Amino acid sequence: MQLFPCPFCGLRNEREFHYMAEPGKFRPDTSSQISAEDWAAYLYDTRNEKGRVREIWMHQTCRELFVMERDSVTMNVLGSTSLRASAGEAAE
Amino acid sequence: MNKTYSALNLFREGLRGQRGWTPAWRSPKPKPKYDVIIIGGGGHGLATAYYLAKNHGVKNVALLEKGWIGGGNSGRNTTVVRSDYYYPESAALYDLSVRLYEGLSRDLNYNIMFSQRGMMVLTHSEAEMEMAARQVNAMQINGIDSQLLETEGVRKLAPILNFGREARYPIHGAMYQPRGGTARHDAVVWGFARGADSFGVDIIQNCEVTDVIVEAGRATGVATTRGEIRANRIGAAVAGHSSVLAQMAGYKLPIHSYALQAFVSEPLKPVMDTVAFSPAYGTYFSQSDKGGLVIGGGLDRIPSYGQRGNLPVHETVLGGLCEMVPMLSKVKLLRHWGGIVDVTPDSSPIIGPSGVDGLYLDCGWGTGGFKAIPAGGYMLAHILATGEHHELSRPFDLSRFTKGRLIDEGAASGISH
Amino acid sequence: MSGTRISKGGLIDRSTLLRFRFDGRDFTGHPGDTLASALLASGVRVMGRSFKYHRPRGVWGAWFDDPNAVFNVTLKGDELPNCPATTTPLVDGMEARAVNAWPNAESDIKGGLDLFHRWLGAGFYYKTFMWPDWHLFEPSIRKMAGLGAVDGKVIEGYVADQLHDHCDLLVAGGGAAGLAAARAAAEAGQAVVLVDDHATLGGGLYQGDEPVEGEEPRQWVATQEAAIRAAGGRILSSTTVYGIYDHGLAALAEDRGFARAPRLWRMRARRILMATGAMDRPITFADNDRPGVMSLQGAAEFLGRYGVLVGRKIAVLSNNSQSTPIVAHLRAAGAEVIEADPDEGTLRALDGKRLSGVQIGGRKIDCDTILASGGLTPTVHLWRHAGGKLDWSAEKAAFVPGAAPQGMVAAGAANGTFDLDPALAEARAAALGNAPETVATGYRIKPLWPQPGAKGRQWIDFQHDVTLKDVELAARENYVSVEHLKRYTTLGMAADQGKTSNMAGLAAMAAIQGRPIPEVGTTTFRPPFVPVPMELYHGTRRGQLVNPLKRLELEAQHRQAGGAMCEYGGWLRPGWYGPDQETAIRAEVLAARQAAGVFDGSPLGKIEVMGPDAAAFVNFIYYNTISTLRPGHIRYGFMLRENGLILDDGVVARLGPDRFLISCSSSHVASVELMLESWRQDGNDPDRIFVHDTTPHWATLTLTGPKAQQIVAALDTGVDLDDFPHMTLREGQFDGAPLRIARVSFTGDASYELSLRAGKAGALWQAIMAAGAPHDLRPVGVEALSVLRAEKGFIMVGKDTDGETMPHDLGFGVPRQKKKAAFVGDRALHSDTANAPDRRQLVGLTLPEGALPLATGAHIVTTGPKPRSIGFVTSSYFSPTLNRPIALALLEHGSERMGERVTLRHMGQTATATVSAPCALDPEGERLNA
Repeated sequence: MQLFPCPFCGLRNEREFHYMAEPGKFRPDTSSQISAEDWAAYLYDTRNEKGRVREIWMHQTCRELFVMERDSVTMNVLGSTSLRASAGEAAE
Repeated sequence: MNKTYSALNLFREGLRGQRGWTPAWRSPKPKPKYDVIIIGGGGHGLATAYYLAKNHGVKNVALLEKGWIGGGNSGRNTTVVRSDYYYPESAALYDLSVRLYEGLSRDLNYNIMFSQRGMMVLTHSEAEMEMAARQVNAMQINGIDSQLLETEGVRKLAPILNFGREARYPIHGAMYQPRGGTARHDAVVWGFARGADSFGVDIIQNCEVTDVIVEAGRATGVATTRGEIRANRIGAAVAGHSSVLAQMAGYKLPIHSYALQAFVSEPLKPVMDTVAFSPAYGTYFSQSDKGGLVIGGGLDRIPSYGQRGNLPVHETVLGGLCEMVPMLSKVKLLRHWGGIVDVTPDSSPIIGPSGVDGLYLDCGWGTGGFKAIPAGGYMLAHILATGEHHELSRPFDLSRFTKGRLIDEGAASGISH
Repeated sequence: MSGTRISKGGLIDRSTLLRFRFDGRDFTGHPGDTLASALLASGVRVMGRSFKYHRPRGVWGAWFDDPNAVFNVTLKGDELPNCPATTTPLVDGMEARAVNAWPNAESDIKGGLDLFHRWLGAGFYYKTFMWPDWHLFEPSIRKMAGLGAVDGKVIEGYVADQLHDHCDLLVAGGGAAGLAAARAAAEAGQAVVLVDDHATLGGGLYQGDEPVEGEEPRQWVATQEAAIRAAGGRILSSTTVYGIYDHGLAALAEDRGFARAPRLWRMRARRILMATGAMDRPITFADNDRPGVMSLQGAAEFLGRYGVLVGRKIAVLSNNSQSTPIVAHLRAAGAEVIEADPDEGTLRALDGKRLSGVQIGGRKIDCDTILASGGLTPTVHLWRHAGGKLDWSAEKAAFVPGAAPQGMVAAGAANGTFDLDPALAEARAAALGNAPETVATGYRIKPLWPQPGAKGRQWIDFQHDVTLKDVELAARENYVSVEHLKRYTTLGMAADQGKTSNMAGLAAMAAIQGRPIPEVGTTTFRPPFVPVPMELYHGTRRGQLVNPLKRLELEAQHRQAGGAMCEYGGWLRPGWYGPDQETAIRAEVLAARQAAGVFDGSPLGKIEVMGPDAAAFVNFIYYNTISTLRPGHIRYGFMLRENGLILDDGVVARLGPDRFLISCSSSHVASVELMLESWRQDGNDPDRIFVHDTTPHWATLTLTGPKAQQIVAALDTGVDLDDFPHMTLREGQFDGAPLRIARVSFTGDASYELSLRAGKAGALWQAIMAAGAPHDLRPVGVEALSVLRAEKGFIMVGKDTDGETMPHDLGFGVPRQKKKAAFVGDRALHSDTANAPDRRQLVGLTLPEGALPLATGAHIVTTGPKPRSIGFVTSSYFSPTLNRPIALALLEHGSERMGERVTLRHMGQTATATVSAPCALDPEGERLNA
């Protein structure tokens, strides 16, 4: 059983969390034409890195989404930030 | 030259201390160039090598394995073989696999112990019985030997299950495939390796691919820990690490890697003659010929490349087994382990071109790769030899995600495959 | 002659006699004994048979390292299979039988199999049994295999306790190092938990009977235990740390007695100190599996802990210095001990079940027991579970802990520090996080590994009958990777998981190939360290506590009304009311159509979305246009996944300009809410939208039918029912509490959905039943509702849709073409597949009067020699309203097939039906306002 750091609630049991997605994917503007390839890339392509990863998780008990950085081989957790803070980072 | 495996030769060798047996496969040094390179020495890669040589006469082939052959999911699974799939495309592919398995021991001259003891998927409500009926009817139309069993039929085949009405998920019946069963997983790997080697395929272990050489958009070789190796065509069957290879070669895949765990108990005298799966409890099990209960469940919930287990899944799967068969709660667990599987959005495999010319894929089998070893190899061999899809592999092309034509067995049945 | 009990010493209570039976004979022992020690003390040598050749076997080790003595044990009618005799504490009245032997271990009828050993070597089964077919051979091979049989009984009260706990320092192993470490840490203020698998702590301290820091071993152990407890430390004895998992989680199994389920401790430790000791390893020589050939350490344990001298005339073959104190102890206990250098010449155990001596080169030593020690192997399993590395120590001829896993440290013999005083110093330093002084080891070893080509049958894995020749065969056939060796020969895969055999096996492979041992490497160490019952993982998550059902506020009322409570989508709901299902459903349907029915719709999702951006958000979430919905109005719609497939359907009500109420299917509440939160926080400004699932707070009772309005009118809700059109919502009150009334209909008849605080549901139910009595109101269960909605062609997502269905397949194609604003799944509705001409569309199937209903799940097939499925029946019922069967189906371009006769197949039987519109009743919708 792993312990994940919810930025709002602290370290909690892995069972309380739900994996959502890889961050950095933005929904294409569907009001314009999007090729089937681009839409499929948005829907399905993954980086799925071995080693250090950044992922969006939901802490189901507080319902907040956040970004967690961890190692997908050793399972060491390197840190977490709220999605709002992380969105700020991405925009900069 | 390989000595034929037979009762007679075994008897003769017994008289002289088994000294006449030769290596099941050689350990050659890699050559600088081959017609075909296959990356990944699991069942799929080895089967590809075997069928390339046997069906297509392509024998100047190197199979590269970063560790020891069969060390990935081929040696970590629960050995179930079945073709009880809903969509005609899946049924055709998996049933080819079952048919190949049926003749495999004699074809390879290696006893892979394919035991067609039957595979049942339990149903726990009337609604699930209706869903199972939809599945079974589809399978029967597709030529799969699937049946719908009522409770009594289940009891006859697996009397140790909990038939109590007070169970959390009482047994209503099952979807049953008599031709399903189990095989000895290592033997499948070794049998294909020995078969491929006997055609002259170079099986090169401890040879990790560190880069894919792409020249003018075409994959022309690989860099490895044992030097650079070139080839006209490259096949990749590296379940669990498909995305890692994709990153090296520069193509994208719709794959997540997850751990899938498995368990084996202490050996018992025979108590269970078939394979039973309860989707509601999330547990399935069979009993190996050696007597151990071989137990599996669903995927871990956390994306992972770590080949090991963790308690939450143990509690779900083994707790589920204790509910399915309360008398087994006192039986001891001997060992648990994990493998890393490729999970695609529709739980169906990806077979065919990778997006980089000259590099072809056989991946994305999710939790069901073992049962598909002969078919996966058969398809990839066909593609590597001809440059064209086999009729059965075409629906599983990577382009289905662009077309939106997914083959989603899980969503069709509510059962994860 | 073999083992005897000496008159004093050991940790047993000689004043109490325990009686037990083994293989049909009566024996006695004492509290503190294990089954193995009591049998040894009674002179029993043969305690088992090997797995393959059925060779007679005695115990080799004294604890978890014994691969040979495995019993089925019964106590008071409760039988446990495959109990290791060496770790099963003796209980009065036990009845033990050696597994895999008949009639008993001493004279097993399958013993003759050993004569055929030359044909039964490693992997022989891969080379034969192929013709004509494996199935011919498999049943008899299965019967031969397996260890003990498991009986069909469930042991009463066999339920594992499962605890969560945490500590600063977990010390695994209560020997000298573990005790010293635990005390040092506890006295330094750390929260310490010390765990040991024996009932009595002390580890190997009893083997040599030498003083520890000036104290007699038992006294020293007692002193440490007292000090640990006094400093606030905790001690768990009879408890095994069987696995180390992610993030410092240690899994502990506490033995609570025979036929009682162990207790699971999920111990989260900041640091773990591994003080698990070291195991003696066998010497590989001819017939080294004979009863009477034992581990030196094992013999010392039998003497020190149980007061059992394993032989009278003992040959000690040891290549290392641990033998010195043990030999002294054995002599002091009265044994005649002959020490010999195992490297002096070729070794062979002499004679069979009754060992008579050992041959060393040209010399023969008469003895009744051979104690072999090939050197100590640190017990590093937990280190490897956690991802720690191992280093090869040439000096100690062993793998020792190398680079440490996070939060873990090793000390004492487990760390390769085999001498007592340095081990104590090291343990104390490690406990405090300090590096110990390096002290030169006094441990001396002259490495002795299996000799390839040696004569005779030399056992590597005792239980699985893997000999040196099998390793040689594996090498000859190129199964040279250590994992291939294991899998091909089954070396290390027995119940002891290679504790005795792995080192010898890989050393043999190294010798055969002329490679250094560390290059061959080890196989993976996998949990559990010792086998643990499955029940350990089961605990209280059993019976109805597995995925517990959600319960209705009105469950008691439903039961009182005769409700047959069944599971629907995780909820326990009334399926129908009355003893006979068929009669009840018919009556309920007819009542709902002719008078009125009341239905408990509480599980329907009630998710509120509010905030300044709520309207735009809901419009984006829904396939249908919601932005134009006016407050107080309701709209039916679909939510899609981004891949265009239907996630759920249901109605959405606009409660106010910035407030919406989403009503989703009862089994989809969690997935819909997850989807809403995901879009809210990832892609929108979460400060301007708020999502709140209120489902459990509200109860919903739906009145439907021609008399529904009259009944609602009698409830005094304050809502004007005459000005209350279909698909609108009004707020009223009931019994002083707010009441929402929605005019939506899942039956096709005028319906009023009454929602209020769950706590008030009982009163509302009572009022409705009273008001309805004069109007022939009946409660309607889930089954009747399914018929009612199917008569109208209304779908249930997941039943009448599958993993391919998009809204335009159900006749809702307009938003796909016309909706301007972006919405979830929009682009996917225009993929090649979404545009394909052969999509399966929702249709009705009409049957001739008098026909039996179609089977749900029947497929519609093309005719001809090779039929193909073109669709399937999703819902099928007998309609009491129409007095004929009705059905819904998904059918390839079904909307173009109206009136076509189609063929159906179900379990090999065929039927025919006519394609019709999904709605079989009142297609104009006149009943809604009747």
